[in-house]
Amino acid sequence: MTRLLIRNGRVVDPSQGIDQGMDLLIDDGLVAALGEKLDVAADTPVFDASGLVVAPGFIDIHTHLREPGFEYKETIESGCRAAAAGGFTAVCALANTSPVNDEPAVTRYVIEKAGEVSATRIYPVGALSKGCNGEELAEIGKMIEAGAVAISDSPNPVANGLLMRRALEYCRSFDVPVMVHPEDLELTDRGAMHEGRVSTRIGLRGMPGAAEQGVVARDILLAELTRGRLHLCHLSTAASLEMVRIAKRRGLKITCEVTPHHFTLIDEDIAKANYDPQWKMNPPLRGTKDRQAVLEAIQDGTVDAIVSDHAPHHQDEKEMDFADAPFGISALETAVSLALDRLVHRRVIGIGQLVQLMSTSPAKIMGLPGGSLEEGAVADITLLNLGMRVSVDPKTFLSKGKNTPFTGMNLRGAPAATIVGGKVVWKR
Amino acid sequence: MVIEAAAALSSKDLVGIAPLEAGEIQLLLDTAEQLLEVARRPIKKVPTLRGMTVINLFMEASTRTRFSFEVAEKRLSADTLNFSASTSSVSKGETLFDTARNLMAMAPDFIVIRHPNTGAPHRLAHVVTASVINAGDGSNEHPTQALLDAFTMRRHFGDLAGLKVVIAGDIRHSRVARSNAFLLSKMGAEVRFVAPASLLPPGVQELGVKPFLRLEPALEGADVVMMLRIQMERQKRMNFPSAREYFDFFGLTPERLKLANEGALVMHPGPMNRGVEIDSEVADGDQSVILEQVTNGVAIRMAILYLLAGGRSDAATDS
Repeated sequence: MTRLLIRNGRVVDPSQGIDQGMDLLIDDGLVAALGEKLDVAADTPVFDASGLVVAPGFIDIHTHLREPGFEYKETIESGCRAAAAGGFTAVCALANTSPVNDEPAVTRYVIEKAGEVSATRIYPVGALSKGCNGEELAEIGKMIEAGAVAISDSPNPVANGLLMRRALEYCRSFDVPVMVHPEDLELTDRGAMHEGRVSTRIGLRGMPGAAEQGVVARDILLAELTRGRLHLCHLSTAASLEMVRIAKRRGLKITCEVTPHHFTLIDEDIAKANYDPQWKMNPPLRGTKDRQAVLEAIQDGTVDAIVSDHAPHHQDEKEMDFADAPFGISALETAVSLALDRLVHRRVIGIGQLVQLMSTSPAKIMGLPGGSLEEGAVADITLLNLGMRVSVDPKTFLSKGKNTPFTGMNLRGAPAATIVGGKVVWKR
Repeated sequence: MVIEAAAALSSKDLVGIAPLEAGEIQLLLDTAEQLLEVARRPIKKVPTLRGMTVINLFMEASTRTRFSFEVAEKRLSADTLNFSASTSSVSKGETLFDTARNLMAMAPDFIVIRHPNTGAPHRLAHVVTASVINAGDGSNEHPTQALLDAFTMRRHFGDLAGLKVVIAGDIRHSRVARSNAFLLSKMGAEVRFVAPASLLPPGVQELGVKPFLRLEPALEGADVVMMLRIQMERQKRMNFPSAREYFDFFGLTPERLKLANEGALVMHPGPMNRGVEIDSEVADGDQSVILEQVTNGVAIRMAILYLLAGGRSDAATDS
């Protein structure tokens, strides 16, 4: 019996409509009690949460952990340490490793390796197609049986509409979401940044917003056709979000996610950065109207989850010119601070809504334990210091990936501690 | 519009026209004017860069730009090293920064770089102490070409301000068009881009130009007609139907040239596709200054090297 009393924190749990000063008692990895001034045995270990927010554990449902195959970029161990330091109690690991997680042996490897080296929870996402190459369905059922919680070829799109249709249909038998990276590669045409006034001015090849929007439209229609569970990854444009808004209004059970970099940065930042590929990600940083649309969609509930889209790369891979460098940023350790600074402190949403977007909804979308602090729930808890000021310094990242555009940015609000299954796995 | 020449260039590098002030462009053009004379001497060499080393790093195929730089360097008595790669060194596993570190170990004073990707010279300039000169990066800039084009125009018209310059062709992929647009608009000229929209970048007005979807209306009142190479190797991707159709609607023929001002200059950065973007009769006609552009290119590149080496323009040709 391992007990821990989290005393005197501000408990924010949208699953129960709670936002008030309370104590929380953990017993044997589960939430045992929640209440004002809990009476506990004198020898119960205490975590003083005065001044901190106590929230159900944050779950990042879009993380690239790189192992197996690209351990020089990130390992399961380093990625999970980064997740804990970023305030996440669980991550969903995408399938684009080497070998690709397109068969149950790889799924099991990830789960077993995580069990050995990771204090945070890892839920593998299986590939939609063999090799993530968009040709034939992977062994979805067997991967789910082995522990995969969703399927996705992300960061590869599913170009073939028929394959996408079949995936949505087939997954209904297993009740898992199909996560899609919406991009028409013919339209993005080897582009490196958002196509618009800035790409025209600075001469980088553009990726038009329509390349995302066309696929979003197709997949929403396919979700309607198949009644499958569609989850749209990292939406970045106003029109994509508007289509999701309309689809939801019509009663479709689709979900979507956005990233902190898309609600923080814009394409103009690439111009200011003098072609530094730290600003290169896919989907690319868009213009101010798209950024504003992302914020509005977060505010009005169109967005279901905020995800990091953690995509660590080795420093050598970013010592390239913009076009040759790979897409992606190391994001696990900046996501929560960006969300607190840009969304909560700037009054886009309240802290309860943020917890909903980073814990309760992600758990629900992926069908995971957590997302709630009700009695009997797993004791996965994220503690937040809303007032703390941090300056982003990649040298302090626990992730192997130091690739971030946020170096030197001053942010207000940060994770203070991460508790998984009742154990404090990281504390500032 | 009177533009005073700057006293010196403000940066150690010439990575593009976009970062230059009008006064710096004026200084470069004035300096080239003096250096043009060197080519007419029996011994076409001045000792200005003696003891200095220039690395010509060409990571994309080039003949005329590379030769032009090399001639310019040799006329200024610099030692030159040529490094050509048919493919970028990235495919050999070396990062751009490693290439830069290796080059710096040879202590060059200048690195002239052509690279298939936008921004490569800018990244290089950021990590090396040598002066970096952009000889063309991706679809971004080709500043030395724009300077030699402007120099050629100025020699014919005396001033760039008020000129109406038509640039027609594959604007979307053209670094020449972009650098010319930046330069000419800074110097007070009017730039008209002509192409079907499939060959124009989005929001092209951002570059300070007037876009035209047909050649004829753009030619009205034009002082200069610059035709760009249609890069057939890049046209696999459905940008227009055929070379024949392109020539029919967008090619510069003697009849179409008559729509421009009398005596309008015909320019082309080369290499030309005769019968695709330009009719041979026009290319070889009286109004063509295409070979003059090549001659002027050497003077412009000498001026860039000279000024980046810290010289003053009035002493450019002294011994």
